[in-house]
Amino acid sequence: MQVSTSQSNTYNDTVIRQFSIMAVVWGVVGMLVGVIIASQLVWPELNLGLPWTSFGRLRPLHTNAVIFAFGGCTLFATSYFIVQRTCHTSLFMPKLASFTFWGWQAVIVAAAISLPLGFTQGKEYAELEWPIDVLIALVWVSYAVVFFGTIGMRRVKHIYVANWFLGAFIIAVALLHIVNSAAMPASFMKSYSAYAGVQDAMVQWWYGHNAVGFFLTAGFLGMMYYFVPKQADRPVYSYSLSIVHFWALIFTYMWAGPHHLHYTALPDWTQSLGMAFSLILLAPSWGGMINGMMTLSGAWHKLRTDPILRFLIVSLSFYGMSTFEGPMMAIKTVNALSHYTDWTVGHVHSGALGWVGLVSMGSLYYMVPRLFGQKQMHSVQAIEIHFWLATIGIVLYIAALWISGVMEGLMWRAINADGTLTYTFVESVKAKTPYYMIRALGGLLYLSGMTIMLWNVIKTAQNGKAAVATIPPVAAHA
Amino acid sequence: MDINTLRILATIASFAVFVGIVVWAWKRRKTDDFKEAANLPFTHD
Repeated sequence: MQVSTSQSNTYNDTVIRQFSIMAVVWGVVGMLVGVIIASQLVWPELNLGLPWTSFGRLRPLHTNAVIFAFGGCTLFATSYFIVQRTCHTSLFMPKLASFTFWGWQAVIVAAAISLPLGFTQGKEYAELEWPIDVLIALVWVSYAVVFFGTIGMRRVKHIYVANWFLGAFIIAVALLHIVNSAAMPASFMKSYSAYAGVQDAMVQWWYGHNAVGFFLTAGFLGMMYYFVPKQADRPVYSYSLSIVHFWALIFTYMWAGPHHLHYTALPDWTQSLGMAFSLILLAPSWGGMINGMMTLSGAWHKLRTDPILRFLIVSLSFYGMSTFEGPMMAIKTVNALSHYTDWTVGHVHSGALGWVGLVSMGSLYYMVPRLFGQKQMHSVQAIEIHFWLATIGIVLYIAALWISGVMEGLMWRAINADGTLTYTFVESVKAKTPYYMIRALGGLLYLSGMTIMLWNVIKTAQNGKAAVATIPPVAAHA
Repeated sequence: MDINTLRILATIASFAVFVGIVVWAWKRRKTDDFKEAANLPFTHD
């Protein structure tokens, strides 16, 4: 509410332009690595016999690149865009915001070098060694200062619901990262976890599942609550539901982590607790999906002509689908079949490619022309092609892994009358080959869509120039 | 006090707060406040 003296009357969009362009660049890089390792699973020779290009080192490079480089840059870009425009103020401490950009790029480059070299803490989605973890913590605290400082300077009464989701994402990720990365350094680029045994596993999956819940869900729901209403040109279906959605998510997500450790040394009651909260999570997830989709009620015809809106709404369909599948897979008896199979990988990708990927692309397609003073993207036709390549790619990918995952699970548990295993492990690997080919093809389609997006974004940026957006005067909404 | 009693109380308190939030959000659904907030994305252009 207070008016800072340094406040100008234009938004600070430079850092948003930087993050948006890099989001698309890292998207192409991360998805390319994904296609390479998917192909390695079919043709292992593609690892070239080198340690640096082996599956075990490239796989964390892929996950880090798509989650933290592509997803992360998109989150930075959209959150800075949304918070300024819904608070009617420019960014708090723009120099610190600039530091978050350069610091985050440094983290990404450090990851891209250290992971192929084999430096890892061995924790999924938290592989980066301790010096990089320290830099992440610094960037993240700066991000929180910029974001919450901007909210503190707002010139409107309310904090729009998208900012609640984005704020929760920033706080939760800081908490998760700092707790899970606690380690004793042994040397430069080597450390040991602060936790031991099953506690270490539980801390890791408390982190891992909430990385999904807060990094890949809450943050992107913030995008949904801003860009879906904007692109549909009508306010969100129910503001009350959005508040209930927010708090239901906050109260339940933190408890769902144990479902990653069913049938392990984790105490049975903890596993059941994780399963129960995972089932409860269906309610807020679907509440949010319905809220997003119903925003379109009365404007459904726009889906026929507007490919950006289609990106956003189809992403919500995948969100609904994967948040139904997730609770189901968290049920212990279902998990007994699905765990450690390709079904899990397929589930993650229906959320990652379908929900996170498509909502990011839709949001970037909304922002990029506006950031470069253009009415629309260089080629709307190319957005259309991107949409279909991505959608067909996702469907091929997840259908292939459903079949291969369930097949693999059934083969593993099949026993002969005398109690011996019906299939050897290698037989289950061999049976998966055709599905791995389809999966690689699906990934390739998804990557080609992203490459078209990169071309389209570069063209749009070249056609225009950095646009200056003016903050509306206070009187307009007092 | 037994630590488990404390845990039970914390769970019940959290649940009560959540129910309170739901009731509050629902009661205010028709107010100008919520309408104003929902329209925030549309006030800048």
